[in-house]
Amino acid sequence: MVELALPANSKMVAGITHKAPAGAKRVRNFKIYRWNPDDGKNPQLDNFEIDLDACGPMVLDALIKIKNEIDPSLTFRRSCREGICGSCAMNIDGGNTLACLKPIEECGGDAIKITPLPHMPVLKDLIPDLSHAYAQLRSIEPWMQSDTPAPPDGERLQSKQERAKLDGMWECILCFCCSTACPSYWWNGDRYLGPAVLLAAYRWIADSRDEATGARLDALEDPFKLYRCHTIMNCTETCPKGLNPAKAIAEIKHLMLERQG
Amino acid sequence: MVGRDSTGKPVARPLSPHLQVYRLPLTVILSITHRITGIGLSVGTAVLVWWLVAAATSDTSYATVSWFLRSPIGYLLLFGWSVALWYHFCNGLRHLGWDFGHGLELAQARASNRMVLIGTALFTVLTWVIGLAAQ
Repeated sequence: MVELALPANSKMVAGITHKAPAGAKRVRNFKIYRWNPDDGKNPQLDNFEIDLDACGPMVLDALIKIKNEIDPSLTFRRSCREGICGSCAMNIDGGNTLACLKPIEECGGDAIKITPLPHMPVLKDLIPDLSHAYAQLRSIEPWMQSDTPAPPDGERLQSKQERAKLDGMWECILCFCCSTACPSYWWNGDRYLGPAVLLAAYRWIADSRDEATGARLDALEDPFKLYRCHTIMNCTETCPKGLNPAKAIAEIKHLMLERQG
Repeated sequence: MVGRDSTGKPVARPLSPHLQVYRLPLTVILSITHRITGIGLSVGTAVLVWWLVAAATSDTSYATVSWFLRSPIGYLLLFGWSVALWYHFCNGLRHLGWDFGHGLELAQARASNRMVLIGTALFTVLTWVIGLAAQ
């Protein structure tokens, strides 16, 4: 359902300000979404003044600095800090991306606003509940399915051309920046699978070793699961790995038509 | 969206902000514009039917419609309708290309953003130049 406004319990209110230490020369404001399940209050935007001379270059560096030095209760996911684990996906300065790959310098405006991945239930602060998205990923059975037994003496081989078809898809780290940037997923995410999961689906459809293409397409032949994609392109605009879910979805739609003859 | 607090008591989880914080890129804005202009075209089509029915009915009813459409509000509506028509046409062509799998790279989509806007402006101006000259 399209609901443009946030529910009453989700409306953000102004929070507190943590001042930069005296003598700080290069100060940037970070307005960070805070919500604590234990205090019964609405989400609030806390302002953290950070001295950039005493902080690493990336947004994740600022978050870690805040957690270490200013407010240890600030809650966010992070792990690899080099754009391969997909944990620190969040909305930074109005766009979904990975905090570890986003230079503070690239953020415009006086205050850098940081909120959780959009239109998701919040567990705490910057952590969204991704259970539904993961369940959707499970539903497309993201593993190789083949009736033909593997050769007894080696791997299932692919030609270079067959392997090249998977480029631009195997790189997906499932950070869900794209799905949570998609207005269609915002309004119909309960039934629409969203760009991340559809890209994963096409990764197996396009795999020359996978023999379940027909069944995979059957499972997607649904007005909501696949066809809520209206080529809005925000998935491709936002992908921190530079991948193109919109194109993958278009390829699936194309295959659907093709097999109808 | 029910969650639990740290004592296990159920709490309502907030929904994270979406339109409130997202800085929508031009590609996205043009997508929603396609829908809005589509709705505008339906309204415009009703006006077109009104005009045709009036023309087939009598001189007086045609004069009424003509008077309305030649009023400043009428011109504004017709202008809006012409913009909507050309926008929907140009962006529709782009969608047709996308459906055939063309122009889906990000750079291409950004370039076609511009082409759609330029095409809309060009065709709208042409329509009015020709329309007003023919009067």
